[in-house]
Formats: sequence, structure tokens, C-alpha cells
Amino acid sequence: MKALFIALSLLVAVLFATSLLTGPAGLPVVQSLLDLVFGGDGPVPIVMREIRLPRAILGLAVGAGLGLTGAALQGYLRNPLAEPGLLGISGMAAFGAVLAIQTGLSLVAVLALPLAALLGAAAGVGLLVVLAGPRGGSVTLILAGVAISALAGAGTALVLNLSPNPYAANEIIFWLMGSLADRSMLHVWLALPPMILGAGLILSTQRALDALTLGEAAAQALGLAGPSLRWRLVAGTALIVGPATAVAGAIGFVGLVVPHVLRPWIGARPSVLLPASALGGAALLLAADIGVRLIVPDRDLKLGVLTAIVGAPLFLHLIWRTRSGGRV
Amino acid sequence: MVIDLAGLSVTRRKRPVLHGVTLSIGKGEFVGLIGPNGAGKSSLMEAMLGLIPFTGRSSLAQMTPADRARHAAYLPQAREIAWPVSVEDLVALGRIPWPGGRRSGADRAAIDAAIARMGLEPFRKRTALRLSGGEQNRALIARALAQDTPLLIADEPIAGLDPAQQLACLRLFRDLAVEGRTVLASIHDLGLAARFCSRLVLLSGGHVLADGPAAEVLQDTLLRRAFGIGVRRVETPDGPAILPV
Repeated sequence: MKALFIALSLLVAVLFATSLLTGPAGLPVVQSLLDLVFGGDGPVPIVMREIRLPRAILGLAVGAGLGLTGAALQGYLRNPLAEPGLLGISGMAAFGAVLAIQTGLSLVAVLALPLAALLGAAAGVGLLVVLAGPRGGSVTLILAGVAISALAGAGTALVLNLSPNPYAANEIIFWLMGSLADRSMLHVWLALPPMILGAGLILSTQRALDALTLGEAAAQALGLAGPSLRWRLVAGTALIVGPATAVAGAIGFVGLVVPHVLRPWIGARPSVLLPASALGGAALLLAADIGVRLIVPDRDLKLGVLTAIVGAPLFLHLIWRTRSGGRV
Repeated sequence: MVIDLAGLSVTRRKRPVLHGVTLSIGKGEFVGLIGPNGAGKSSLMEAMLGLIPFTGRSSLAQMTPADRARHAAYLPQAREIAWPVSVEDLVALGRIPWPGGRRSGADRAAIDAAIARMGLEPFRKRTALRLSGGEQNRALIARALAQDTPLLIADEPIAGLDPAQQLACLRLFRDLAVEGRTVLASIHDLGLAARFCSRLVLLSGGHVLADGPAAEVLQDTLLRRAFGIGVRRVETPDGPAILPV
């Protein structure tokens, strides 16, 4: 198991470096890394520090966040089909961003779109708290999340429907596909602090998630799994998924597939799956973000499209492999 | 007293489930909780642990959740194993309330002892979900044993076990009581309950109908009131055999 963590960490490090070295500018490897660290004159340090570094950091953070929240929600709901978008927070964040594009706010300031997305995410959490109530079980939480997702989806569809010209609709659709292109360090500073806080909250649930392997009553009798667990998970997920959607758009399948792939490798223990999925998610998203730059460099392939194209067959393969066992 | 309940009542969805249960169980007792389906046995166990809302007083529910988890282990009736973890990892979940991150010397010793006591050595590295129902049940009992608490509360621990494993499980619970621990288990087999438990509590319609040694509790009138059936007793060299008729 230690070997798996070392391998995943190395993979993430290599992909992070590769992400820094990939781009249309075609910079020399050694020179660009030196300029990244020590700065200097000319365009190379600017490209490295202002364009590629934020992109790589966001790829790492968003991927790790999606992997972590996916694993945590699967553990909490004891359902391998759970994924970070389940609570409706990413849907509401996307709706907030779509409104910002539609109203032209996104053109006023760089951060207007991500801030609108964060507002949407906050509204989603508010709705979730009101709908799921203080005492409801995990099923209430899922149903509330599904209802909020549907509402956000309907809102997004309405905006698209009423968009004044095809260009606005086009922009919205492309934003919804998810991308890390042209993000700045401002995006990093906006997204990273809440995501780190959320990761801390989620990692504090490790023992409780393990206990939930035995069911809710047994976990409660083990002194864990009270209502506080639920709110720590909801808050942690919101603090990660909200900012992730705000800066990267809607990126599917990472939070669903990564915990699945890694579960057999770590003995299926939910607590160990959290850090493993974070590393795996980071690796997958960094790889996908390198992929969109290399596969069709001149056509702006969207990140969310690539993760879905890679993720869906992988998921099908996993189902194919496990269907004989009757369980995941 | 290990368990001290006074006037414990539970109402679920406006339907009264338990009314004013008063019960004290001391160190070294193996108490069998008997009663018909729906008598409130599981509700009583969950309420005394403070897992469901109740009125009245329960000494266990007064503890903080962390203290209570080091005092009482609970085996719920619904045997759930959500993920394909190994038997060893499953049993290790019993160590969650204790400091040491499941790798301290005390943790290892408790896990090994629980696995040995339930005869799970051959299954140790196997995936718990791939075992048979009875084997999974034993692994879950071992999980509760690994919690290493003075009190074990088990909801129908022998349901689904073969006759040899039923005997082994009840012998183990009796041994635990002899060692000075306390066991409260709901059991449907009246004959086995009479043979192994030091005391029986008969629950019916949310009330304690009888409480005491097997001979006092398993009277015809009481059993007829609780279950609506009669029983035939046959004295054997191995203890009384009780046949529901």
C-alpha cells in the first residue's frame, strides 16, 4: 500500500512538471524551469509564472479535490455511484457562472465569473441545509441534492433558451465543458484557500467513514457518525466543489471513476481511499489537461469533454469486470 | 451497575414502543433478552445506548459518545458490511474508539484475540463480503469483541449461525461473563437462552413482563401472554429442552 502511495505521488509530481513544460510556446525545458524558480528577464518567466504555473496548480488542486470529495461521498453514502456533483453544489456553481456570462458581468472583471459561481455554490449549500434539515438521513441528503441539481440544470437551460444571440449561448456551452486554459494566479488565490479548508474538514471524517462500513447504527455506537459528520462532509464538499467549478467549470467523471479504480488497491478502507483518491484525481486531471494541449493543439479541446471520454469507458470496463461478483 | 435504566420510554412516529422500562444489569451477568417480534428488543438496546431519542434515564446514554464506545460494544441486528474489506480490517474497526490508530500493541492483541475467539484465523486475509452469511456474522461479532469493552450488547447474535457456531458463540458469551464482563443479547431460541444465560428478561408490548432466572421467566402463563404459545419442557442431562407447541 505504501508502494501505491509512493507511485501515485511520483506520478503526480511527473505530471505536474510535464504540465509546466507543455504549451504552444515550446520553451526549452531546463531554461523554463530555471526561469520559473529564479525569475529573470524576457517572456519565459512570464509564461511560466503567469500562464503555466496557475494552470498546473489548478489542475492539481481541482483534480485532488474532485477525487477526495468523490471518495468521501461514496464512503459516507456507502454507495459507489456517489460523486462530487451529487449534492447539487457544482450544478448551482455552474448556474451562477452561466448567469455571470449571460448578464455580461464576466466581461467587467476577471473574477466576476468565479465569484458568481461561488455565490451560486453558497446558494446551493443554503438550499441543501434547508431541504435536508437537521435530522434527515443520507437518503434525504441525496434527494435534496438531486432536486437542487435539477433546479440548477433547469435554470441553466432557461438562460441558454433566452440567450439573445448564438455567441452568448456558445460561450456558455463552452464554459460548461470545463477548462483550465488562460487561468491566472488570481484564480489560484481565489480557489486554493477554501479548497484547503474543505480538504481539512473532509480528512477529519476518516475514522467516521471507516466506522460507517458497519452501517449507521454501529458507527453511531462507536461514538462517530452523528449529525456533525454530515455537516462536516457537506461543508467540506462545498468548499472544494464550489471553487473547483468556479475556476475550472464542470468536470465530470474524475470524482466517480478515481475512487473506483483505487478501491481494490487499498483494501477498500474508506479512510485510506481519501488520500489515495486525492492523488489519483490530481494525476488524472493533470494528465487530461496535458492531453487537451497535445491531442488537437489548434482546436481547444475542453477538459471536461476529455475526462468524460476517458472516464466513461474506464467506468464501463470496471462494471464489466465486477459484474460477476455482484458487488463493487 | 453496568447498565442502569429507569422509566425508559421510546415513542417512534407517535407510536409508543417502550413504556417505562426499569432494568439494572450488573458486572458478570449474561442477560438474555427474549420476546416476540416487535416487542421492542432492538429499540431497547438502541435507546439505552442513546442512539435513538427516549425519555427516562439510561446510565449508558449519559456518557459522552467516545466514553460510551470504550464502555459498550454494540452489534446491531442489521449486519452491514459496506465495502469489500478484509476480515482483519473489518475486525480492526472495533479499535476505532481507542487511541493508537489501530496499530498499537493493545490494538494488535485485541484484534488477534477476537479473531482467534471467533475461529476466523483461516479467513483472516479474505474479503469479508465474499464469506457466507454465517461467517460474515462471526466476523462482525469478532469486530464487537475487538472493541474490548466491559459490556457487549448484541442484537440476535446467533441468528443465521449453524448449531455448532450457535453453541460456540453462546459459550463464548458465557465465558466473557465469567471473566467479569457483561453481556446483553437478544435470543429467540428459548432453550439455548435458558441454558446459557444467567438471567432472562422477557419483553412484550414494550413492557418488561418478567425478569429473573430462566425457571421463573419461562413460565407457561408468561410465555402464553408474550408469544401466545405453550411450551413443553424436557429435562435432559445437558439442561432443559424447550419445545414451542
